[in-house]
Amino acid sequence: MINSSLKQLGQQLASKQVSSVELTQAYLQRMAQLNPTINAYVTIDEDKTLAQAKAADARIAAGDFGPLTGIPLAQKDIFCAKGWRTTCSSKMLETFISPYDAHVISQFDAAGAVNLGKTNMDEFAMGSSNETSYFGGVKNPWDFDRVPGGSSGGSAAAVAARLCAAATGTDTGGSIRQPASLCGFTGLKPTYGLVSRYGMIAFASSLDQAGPMAKSAEDCALMLNVMAGFDERDSTSVNREKEDYTRGLANMTGAQPLKGLRIGLPKEYFAEGLSADVAQVIETAIAEYKKLGAEIVEVSLPNNNLSIPVYYVLAPAEASSNLSRYDGVRYGHRAAEYNDLMEMYMKSRAEGFGAEVKRRILIGTYVLSAGYYDAYYLKAQQIRRLIAQDFVEAFKHCDVIMGPAAPSTAFKAGEKTSDPVAMYLEDLYTIAVNLAGLPGMSIPAGFAQNSEGKALPVGLQIIGNYFDEARMLEIGHAYQQVTDWHTRMPEGI
Amino acid sequence: MQWEVVIGLETHTQLQTKSKQFSGASTTYGAEPNTQACEVSIALPGVLPVLNKEAVECAIKFGLAIEAEMAPRSVFSRKNYFYPDLPKGYQISQFELPVVGKGKITIQVPATKNTEAYEKVINITRAHLEEDAGKSVHGAVEGMSGIDLNRAGTPLLEIVTEPDMRSAAEAVAYAKKLHELVQWIGICDGNMQEGSFRCDVNVSVRPKGSDKLGTRREIKNLNSFKFMQQAIEYETQWQIETLEDGGTIQQATVLFNPDTGETRAMRSKEEANDYRYFPDPDLLPLEVTEADKARVKALMPELPQALQARLVSEYQLSSYDASTLTASRSQADYFVATVAAGAEPKQAANWVMGALSAKLNAEEKSIVDSPVSAAQLAALLKRIADNTISNNAAKQVFEGLWAGEGEVDAIIEAKGLKQVSDTGAIEAIINEVLAANQAMVDEYKAGKEKAFNALVGQCMKASKGKANPAQVNELLKAKLG
Repeated sequence: MINSSLKQLGQQLASKQVSSVELTQAYLQRMAQLNPTINAYVTIDEDKTLAQAKAADARIAAGDFGPLTGIPLAQKDIFCAKGWRTTCSSKMLETFISPYDAHVISQFDAAGAVNLGKTNMDEFAMGSSNETSYFGGVKNPWDFDRVPGGSSGGSAAAVAARLCAAATGTDTGGSIRQPASLCGFTGLKPTYGLVSRYGMIAFASSLDQAGPMAKSAEDCALMLNVMAGFDERDSTSVNREKEDYTRGLANMTGAQPLKGLRIGLPKEYFAEGLSADVAQVIETAIAEYKKLGAEIVEVSLPNNNLSIPVYYVLAPAEASSNLSRYDGVRYGHRAAEYNDLMEMYMKSRAEGFGAEVKRRILIGTYVLSAGYYDAYYLKAQQIRRLIAQDFVEAFKHCDVIMGPAAPSTAFKAGEKTSDPVAMYLEDLYTIAVNLAGLPGMSIPAGFAQNSEGKALPVGLQIIGNYFDEARMLEIGHAYQQVTDWHTRMPEGI
Repeated sequence: MQWEVVIGLETHTQLQTKSKQFSGASTTYGAEPNTQACEVSIALPGVLPVLNKEAVECAIKFGLAIEAEMAPRSVFSRKNYFYPDLPKGYQISQFELPVVGKGKITIQVPATKNTEAYEKVINITRAHLEEDAGKSVHGAVEGMSGIDLNRAGTPLLEIVTEPDMRSAAEAVAYAKKLHELVQWIGICDGNMQEGSFRCDVNVSVRPKGSDKLGTRREIKNLNSFKFMQQAIEYETQWQIETLEDGGTIQQATVLFNPDTGETRAMRSKEEANDYRYFPDPDLLPLEVTEADKARVKALMPELPQALQARLVSEYQLSSYDASTLTASRSQADYFVATVAAGAEPKQAANWVMGALSAKLNAEEKSIVDSPVSAAQLAALLKRIADNTISNNAAKQVFEGLWAGEGEVDAIIEAKGLKQVSDTGAIEAIINEVLAANQAMVDEYKAGKEKAFNALVGQCMKASKGKANPAQVNELLKAKLG
């Protein structure tokens, strides 16, 4: 049951082969057994969860239900959920109970989904390994010595270890796609503006975007159906007609369902920085796409090498301002002792934030300072436009872009913590997509044997044009009809 | 040395919107602390701002009223600083691209003992939308400071002038004019006590004739015109004395103490914050199209300057009268309503600016609360025009209206103020008066014009003031002629 697709689970619930309470309990038991080791969840509240499952069963009994009613999901702890502790994996918000629901949470509530708990993450989503979490790192279910990626590391491990049917994540520079690659599942970062950011704790507002993390493209489509949609509380939410992201999936059958599809391979994605074992898996996956009818064209994203430096100006700039509200005045951590207001601010923030968060606040404050703004922030904004323009050019020659989602397979815990730049390079293939506001996804494409002889998952990244999620999901689904990487589970758990 | 003072104003006008600048929380003044602070006002994690369209409309109205340049696209920025009453740690404001650009306001500086009244054009640099902060409340709890976030996020339009004013009188005239204008176009209630209209005044002095600006000090949060006048005068004198004593002026923010009448530096601008402005990524640029402007224009009342021109051309009022009547929208509305109800314009103007205004001042009433309605005043003036009552009698009727004694005709009836216009009756009175005052008649005939007036007076007295004076004049002249 734990390896079933969302569609299968939905059918079992609808036909009352299993109740939501039974299904939820199965996951809760698994969580009780595995979470102490994996540390995917930071908050579990069985009473709340089971109450939702009971309510879902009542809806099913009353015939008032949809595809996700009664399905147990994991929610990244970046989404405010009413009555739930919402921490962003920071000491700053260790005791914060949200009095309101994020848009994403209320959408899932309305759909009747069950919230299994809040998942671990890098503190305020700043990190690529989940190691900056105040609540400790998360184990990669494929190899407990290794990181799950980040920042959505808890959701990633929960999906990979089948501690949930599916999960939510957020992606500011790769935080859905890189963990999806490292943990071997399907993760989609939608077009900026497709999913409301209301109630999603801000890291870098112009880049943050919520998306689904699930076993398959089909599952992601069902999740996105619930998550996407206009919300007037988010001014950057795009007002467009709702679509059914599953609508084209059934057509992905036959010998060459992708006939005519032009896949662009950016030469910059297959250059220095990409490990050979990952490159090989990607090439094999591309070959599979050719068999499905796609044609391959080479494209270029000449400014891709600038995406990391640009990101590490813009994201910290926005973050330094977004995190100013954590001042100890109204909620969150406040130092126990202080002599005056300034000392209360300084001690509360010094105690409440971890090292990576402080580093980014410092960088962001610096680049926005008088005398530096033009050289850093403004210049970075200009280059950001060039990076977006690269994609506009590339999409003149292809329908989607493919490449790796991460430069290597999962690395060992502690391996990159002392070298921030090495950690930042984890997002070499994902950050430009956020800067351009484009949708990107990572699907399981195979395994690479590491030096210790362990097979670790590799993700293939698919980058689409704006609001092309439905097509991207079809393309992922077509591949998953002829491969079984997405059904593989880590052994022994 | 002769000194010249240079003054510029920054005015925070609180916009009359139902909800806050970036959230749906109410903006009503005086509620219990933190009862009008929604999740956005408190800046909970994850909340986002949504621009209030009503506030944008207010800004457009102001831009239209001062014939300002309005950028088709303006940008909201974050002004970053830490303060307990600033929940997000930044204020959303407009920095590089404000919604309203350069415009003009014409002020009337009143006459003084030594100077004539004059008009002057004050250039407006810009006006931008921003949100207000909350309030720190000290002393409510022993040893603690409280924070009230009811006001946090309240929409403001900050209106900035060029340093165009050269005296406290000009600054006050500008502030009053602006105060009237924002109320006229309905974007601000103008309540200075509640902080709806707050002026910061930048003051510097320089040797007369110099074209270089001196170092300015900013007097913060003046909440009455009287204090503004006092504060500027004190500050100007202080700066001149400091410079004449060989000192220098440090750029600073100063507060005015109404009890001592002095200004005192609050903080030196040298330690000023670096606000690290950058465009707010949570808000899209604000687009104001020609269509938006046209739509808002249609919602606006006739502007004071247009109404003034119309009063001159249509009603043949003097430009002085027109400008006085349009000093406030409520007074202008009252006047227009009086004329619309049938009163003769010049007479209506005299009464509104004269008797009515004096009575309202004496009883400290606003014209909107006038016990005498525009329709009643018009009815009264019609009775003067049709010779039913004399001007003097009209004053008694006005008092009766004020006291709520009834409608115009009823009061005339009750007080017996009807003017006698019957030729026969007046002739009878004249005959009596002439018979009784032969000496005066002789004087008149001997060429003393004054005697004629005395005879008119006697006739009026004999009629107990009710005779139509014009008729008395006419008939008396005929008799004596």
